[in-house]
Amino acid sequence: MKTPLGATEVLDREFLEIRARLIDIAAALDRIDRAEGPVGGDPRLERIRQALQILAGATPHRAEGVQSLFSLPYQDDWRKDYGL
Amino acid sequence: MYFFDPHIHMAARTTDDFRAMAKAGCVVVGEPAFWMGYNRSGTSSFYDYFRQLTEWEPKRAGNYGIRHFCWVGINAKEAEDVGFSREVIALLPEFLERPNCLGIGEIGLHKCTRNEVTTLLELVELGMKTDEQLLFHTPHLEDKYKGTRMILDVLRADSRVNRRRVCIDHCEEHTIRPVLEEGYWAGITLYPTTKATPERAADMVEIYGPERMLVNSSADWGPSDPLAVAEFMFAMHRRGHGESLIRRLVYDNPLEFFSQSRNFQFTPPE
Repeated sequence: MKTPLGATEVLDREFLEIRARLIDIAAALDRIDRAEGPVGGDPRLERIRQALQILAGATPHRAEGVQSLFSLPYQDDWRKDYGL
Repeated sequence: MYFFDPHIHMAARTTDDFRAMAKAGCVVVGEPAFWMGYNRSGTSSFYDYFRQLTEWEPKRAGNYGIRHFCWVGINAKEAEDVGFSREVIALLPEFLERPNCLGIGEIGLHKCTRNEVTTLLELVELGMKTDEQLLFHTPHLEDKYKGTRMILDVLRADSRVNRRRVCIDHCEEHTIRPVLEEGYWAGITLYPTTKATPERAADMVEIYGPERMLVNSSADWGPSDPLAVAEFMFAMHRRGHGESLIRRLVYDNPLEFFSQSRNFQFTPPE
């Protein structure tokens, strides 16, 4: 099932929203930079950078990709570890 | 257009919310038992809560023309204490026979621990013994993918489970595909910051289609919106989707899912 709107219509509707959210992200990253204290090694920042790369890429299902990036790994033999 | 909110915690909401929901077109709510924001001190607190869900809330909703149904169970967060959970599980059979009770829920995983899984297995066992519908909570944020997969593993291992009578709730972009592919109902929860937004829910409908999909507010004591289902309807309408598709998602689908419960008696409004 596709969205009834054309791509140009979707872009027209979403452009200002996307722009605003990108500026919010940029401002938040600047805020972290301005604040005192070391966070350079914090893995959350690296994940944010990786998420931005997913957004900038041409691969579809970006939302699913970002969700997966921020997810703990799943191991299908977990029941063995739990003794269940 | 009339709609259901198939997952909302009205015990944490005001009567004004019932009024606003009724004015927006809500005719049925489904209220799963959940974590009230603090761990309860004893089983009597659960007993009173189940009484609230089966006695008081239906009356409060009924004053606004809304039919109130509920699910009873022990939530994943308090399920970490296996001994305490067993005492709560022992209370459930009495309430599963109440006329507004749809089944066992919301149950599931929170941090995906061994103890949580132990309690979950015992809840599923009870559900299979008494032929209940099941409503599953999936974990928050980074735990969601792992927990959803673990819940699917638990259910797949039990041949008694009728997947068409099970809803896996709080699905998002990275978990909805396996839930639908394995034949369960998929719930999408609309929250302001976590879970999904109305626009992202509409995206998932467009990607996966409306079959076995439910949309809910899960409004509770935290940041949430009891009119979120109406917001979703508006988002779908604004994109140009037709009334029949929107109605299927917010009325026909939850009606079909709830109708599988032996206690679901509902006369649609004219």
